[in-house]
Amino acid sequence: MKLLEMNHVRKEFDGVEVLKDISLAVEEGEVVSIIGPSGSGKSTLLRCATLLEQMDSGDLIYMGEYAARTDGGKCVYASKAELKKLHRCFGLVFQNFNLFPHYSVLKNITDSLIAVDKLPKKEAEERAGRLLEQLGLSDKRDAYPYQLSGGQQQRVSIARALAKQPKLLFFDEPTSALDPELTVEVLKVIKALAKEHMTMVIVTHEMQFAREVSDRIIFMEGGVIKAQGTPEELFTTENERVREFIGHLSGK
Amino acid sequence: MSIQVMLLQLGRGMIVSIEIFMLTLLFSLPFGLIVSFGRMSRNGLIRGISKVYISIMRGTPLMLQLLVVYFGPYYVFHIRISNSYRFIAVIIAFAINYAAYFAEIYRAGIESMPAGQYEAARVLGYGKAQTFFKIILPQVVKRILPPVTNEIITLVKDTSQAEMFTIAKQVAAAQTTILPLMVAGVFYYILNLIVAALMERMEKALSYYR
Repeated sequence: MKLLEMNHVRKEFDGVEVLKDISLAVEEGEVVSIIGPSGSGKSTLLRCATLLEQMDSGDLIYMGEYAARTDGGKCVYASKAELKKLHRCFGLVFQNFNLFPHYSVLKNITDSLIAVDKLPKKEAEERAGRLLEQLGLSDKRDAYPYQLSGGQQQRVSIARALAKQPKLLFFDEPTSALDPELTVEVLKVIKALAKEHMTMVIVTHEMQFAREVSDRIIFMEGGVIKAQGTPEELFTTENERVREFIGHLSGK
Repeated sequence: MSIQVMLLQLGRGMIVSIEIFMLTLLFSLPFGLIVSFGRMSRNGLIRGISKVYISIMRGTPLMLQLLVVYFGPYYVFHIRISNSYRFIAVIIAFAINYAAYFAEIYRAGIESMPAGQYEAARVLGYGKAQTFFKIILPQVVKRILPPVTNEIITLVKDTSQAEMFTIAKQVAAAQTTILPLMVAGVFYYILNLIVAALMERMEKALSYYR
C-alpha cells in the first residue's frame, strides 16, 4: 500500500523554481533516501510533504487521502480538520533537532501526546520510557536538551517523533549537524528502525549509510529527480553525474 | 515639622507609589502583549495603528500623558472630574504608557525565536494557541527578563512623578531643606533594590535551561 504519493509537485520561491514537476511514491515498509547536491530541492520536497511549505501545484496524498490536489492549475489544500488528521500519519526529524529547550527530555516526548493527542499522562510517560530505553537514553529522562550531546539530542528528537506512532517518518539531514562519531550513533538508530520495517524517507549526505539502509535511492538535482533505483543500481549506474556525485561524497 | 511626621508623610506617599506600581504592571504587562500582537499583525491597518500608538506613547512625556488622561474627560466630554478619578487617571496613563514599551520588548523576544520551534510544534500537531503559550512564550519570558527589569525599575522611579515627589516637594518647600528629597531618594533606591533582587531571583529560577 502506498503511504505517500506526491504527483507533479512544483514550488518556487520568489520566481526561482525549486521543485520542477516532482513525483514520487513511498510504499509501506519502504526506506527511501533522497540524495543530491545542496540547493537541489531535497529539503523543500520534504517540507512540502510535511506541510511546512505549501506547494504551488501538485498532489499530496497520504494513504489514499488527499492533503492537497491540483485541479485546473489551482492547488487546493484539504480542510484544517482533515489536515490535522493527516498530520498524524507522519513524523519529521529535523537537522538541528528543534527540541524544546525549556522542557526536560521526558516532557519533550510526552507533552504533545498529552496536550494534542489527549493521552493520559501515565500512558504517555510509559510510552516515552520504553522509547528512551530502546534508544539508550533512560538515564537522560530528566535532563534538559542543553545538557545532552548533539547525538543524544537527535536521538531524543527521534524518540519524540516515534512516540506519535507515525506511519511514516521523515528525516531532514539528521546527521548534518553532528560530528562523525555522533553521526554513527544516530545512524545506528535509523538502521535499527529500518530493520523493524519502519517506513522512512531520509534526506542525507551519508552515501554509505544510504546504500546500506535504503530500499530505494532518489538522486535529485536542480529541482528534478535525475535518477532513482535500488542502491545497487545507483552505485553502479552509468549516469555520469550520479557517479560523480556519489564518488565525490564517498571519497572515492 | 519633626522627622517622624516627615517620614510618616513620605511613607504614605510610598504606599501609594507601590499601589501605582503594582496596578500598572498588572494592566500593562498583558496589554503590552496585545499591542505587540497588533504590531506584528499581518493586517496592515492594525499594524499601523499599533505603530502610531507605540510612537506616541514613547515619544511624548509621561507627565503630559498623565495630564491628558486626567483632564481629557472634562475638556472633551465636559464631565466633572471627581477626586477619586485622579488615582484612576494615574493608573490608566501609566498602564497605556508602559504597555507601549513592554510591547516592543515582547516583539523583540518573539521575533528572536527560531522558526524551528514553530515548525517542530506544528509537525507535532500543536495548535496555534498551544504553540504560543506552551512553547514560545515561556522561552520569550526568559529572554526578555533583563530588559523588562530595566522597565520595571524605571517604573518605580516614574511613580514618583505621580505621588511621592509632590509630597516631598511640599514638605521641602515648607521646611526650606532638601532633606525630604534625599530621604525620598533613599526610599526609591531601597524599593528598586528589592525589585532588582526579585527579578534576579526570577532569572535564576529560569536558568534551569539554556
